[in-house]
Amino acid sequence: MTQTPTLTPTEDARRKPSPRTKGPRRRITPGRIAAWTLLGVALFVTVFPFYWMIRTALTPAADIYSDSTGLIPEHPTMINFLRVLGLTSQAEAQAAGGSGAHVDFLRYLLNSVVYSGLIAVLQTLFCAMAGYAFARLRFPGRDAVFGVLIAALMVPPIFTVLPNFVLVKNLDLLNTFAGMVAPSVLMTPFAVFFLRQFFLSIPRDVEEAATLDGVGSWGIFWRIVMPMSRGPLITIGLTTTVWSWKDYLWPLLTGREEETRVLTVALGIFQQQSPNAQPDWTGLMAGSALSVLPVLVLLIVLGRRLVESLNFTGIK
Amino acid sequence: MGADTAVAPPQKGAGSDPGKARAPGGARRSRDDRKAAWLFLAPALIGFALFYAYPTLRGIYYSFTDYNLLTDPVFTGADNYHQLIGDEQFFNALKVTGYYVVLNIGSQTVLGLLLATLMHRLTRSVALRAILLVPWLVPNVTVGLLWMWMLDANLGFVNHILDALGLGTTGFFTSPTWAMPTVAVVNTWAYTGYTALLLYAGMLQIPHHLYESASLDGAGEWRMFTRITLPLLRPVLALVLVVSLIGSFQIFDTIAVTTKGGPISSTRVIYFYIYEQAFTNFHMGYASAVAVVLAVILGVLTAVQMRLLRASRSDLA
Repeated sequence: MTQTPTLTPTEDARRKPSPRTKGPRRRITPGRIAAWTLLGVALFVTVFPFYWMIRTALTPAADIYSDSTGLIPEHPTMINFLRVLGLTSQAEAQAAGGSGAHVDFLRYLLNSVVYSGLIAVLQTLFCAMAGYAFARLRFPGRDAVFGVLIAALMVPPIFTVLPNFVLVKNLDLLNTFAGMVAPSVLMTPFAVFFLRQFFLSIPRDVEEAATLDGVGSWGIFWRIVMPMSRGPLITIGLTTTVWSWKDYLWPLLTGREEETRVLTVALGIFQQQSPNAQPDWTGLMAGSALSVLPVLVLLIVLGRRLVESLNFTGIK
Repeated sequence: MGADTAVAPPQKGAGSDPGKARAPGGARRSRDDRKAAWLFLAPALIGFALFYAYPTLRGIYYSFTDYNLLTDPVFTGADNYHQLIGDEQFFNALKVTGYYVVLNIGSQTVLGLLLATLMHRLTRSVALRAILLVPWLVPNVTVGLLWMWMLDANLGFVNHILDALGLGTTGFFTSPTWAMPTVAVVNTWAYTGYTALLLYAGMLQIPHHLYESASLDGAGEWRMFTRITLPLLRPVLALVLVVSLIGSFQIFDTIAVTTKGGPISSTRVIYFYIYEQAFTNFHMGYASAVAVVLAVILGVLTAVQMRLLRASRSDLA
C-alpha cells in the first residue's frame, strides 16, 4: 500500500494534464468536484456534533435557553468541566446547573483507563500464549482443543452475561476490578484465532535455530516470537482497548459503585440523576467530552497504526 | 498502570524459565511439547472453562428454571419456552429488532460503500480516515447522549435548523414512529466510518491496473464500480455485512441511554428486553430463555461468518 499524499484535486491536475482519461488523480471534472463535495459533507457530519458537544460544554447552564444557536458561546466558561471533574464545591456545582449529586469524572476516567488497560494487556498476552501453543507446539488433542475454543465465538455475549453476573456475584467480586475484568482477561476466541493465524505465517527458521541452541519454547516465545509479532499484537491490543473503553452493560452490572465506576456507567448514572424535564445538558456534554478526549489522544499518538490495523482485524 | 504489567512479565519469564519448559529430547522431529503447551494454554483454558463453557451450560439450565437471583433456581421444565410462545412483548422485541437491523444495516452499508469508494478513487489520506473513524471510537453511551442533545425537541441543534427551514420541530426520541429510525440513524452515524474503512481496506486489495486499463477503454466511474469494484469486493463485502449484522442484533447501549425501550415499546429491542427481564423484573430464568433464542439466531449468523471468513481468504490469497 503506497501512501501518496494527494490531498487536493488541483495538485493532481497539475501533475497529469493529459485529456480524455478519467480515473484517480486526474484533472478537475464536475464529477470529481461532486465527489470531493460528498467527502466534505461526510467529514462535516462526522465532526460537527463533536464541535457542538464542546461548544455546549463551554456554555453556562443559565444560558442554555437564550444561547443555543450561535456557533460560539456568548459567555464561555470552564465551570462545567470543573464541576463534573469534582473540582468545585457542591454549592458551586449546583449554582452552575448540577443536580447536587456527587460526580467525580476524574475518578471515572481513571477507572476506565484501569479497566480497559487491564483487559487489553492481559488478554493480548494470554491469547498470544495460547495462539503460539496452537501454532507451534505439538501435543495430543491440539486441533480438537483449538476447535472447541473457537466454538466459543458462536456464544453471543448476552448469553454469558447473565450467568457470569451470577458467578461474579456469588464469588463476592461485584464492584471490584477483579470481578469486572475476570471474564475478559484470560481469553477471547477471536484474538486466539487471529494470533494463531499470524504465528503460523512467520517462518520457522529462526525458531528452529534457537531450538538447536537449546532455547526452550518459553524462551523462544518471549525472545523471538513476541518481538517479531509487534504489529499484530498492537493491533489486537488496540482494538481490545477500544472495545473495552466502550463497554457499558457489563460494567453497569458489576461495577456501579463509585470506586469502580467507569466513564460510560458514570455518564448513564449522571443522566438519570439530572431531571428529565430539564436535563443538565452543559454538564452532560462536559462529561461526554471527557469520554472523547482519551480517544483523541489515542488517535493522535497511534492514528496511522489504528487506521491501518482495520485492514486485517476485520477481514484477514 | 496497564503498561507496567505489560512490560514486567517478559523479562521475568525469559530470565528464569527457559530451561524448565524445554521440550524433552531437544529438537527431534517427533518431539512432544505437552508440558510447555499446557503452561502456554493454562490461562486461556481456565478462561474458556470458567467464563464461556460453564456459563453457557448454566445459561441453558437457567432457561428451564424459575430464578429470581435471590433464591436458588427451581426447575420448571419447558415452562419458560411455553410462556415465550405466547408472549407478545417477545415477538414485539423480535419485530422491533428486525426493523432496526434492516434500517441500520441498509443505511450503514450503502453509505459505507459510498464513502469507501470515494476514498478509494480520490485519496489515500490517513488523516481523513482517522477522522471518519472517530465516532466508532467513542462509547455508544456518549453517542447516545450527544444525539439526544443534538435532537432535543426544544433546544437541539437539528430542530433549530428544521425550524428555521419552516419544517417545525420533532421530538425524535419521543415519537413512537420516529424513535426507532432515529436510533438507527444515530448508530449509522457512529458506525459508517468504521464500515467504510473495512470496505476500503478490501478495495485496496483489488489490483490497480484493472482500473487503469478500464479507464483506457473509456469506462466511466460508475461502470468501473459495477464491473470491477463490486464483483471483486464481494467476499469482503459479505463478511463485513455479516459482522455488522451480528453487531446490529445486539443493539443495547444506545437504547439504554436514549429511549429505554419506549415510547410504548417501539424501541424495546430483544437485548434490552432480556436486560429488563433479568435485572428489572428479576426473571432470570425467563430472560435466559429469550437469550437462548437470540443465541440461536446469532449462532447461525456466526456460522455463516466463519464460512465467509474461509471463503474470503481463499479468494484473495
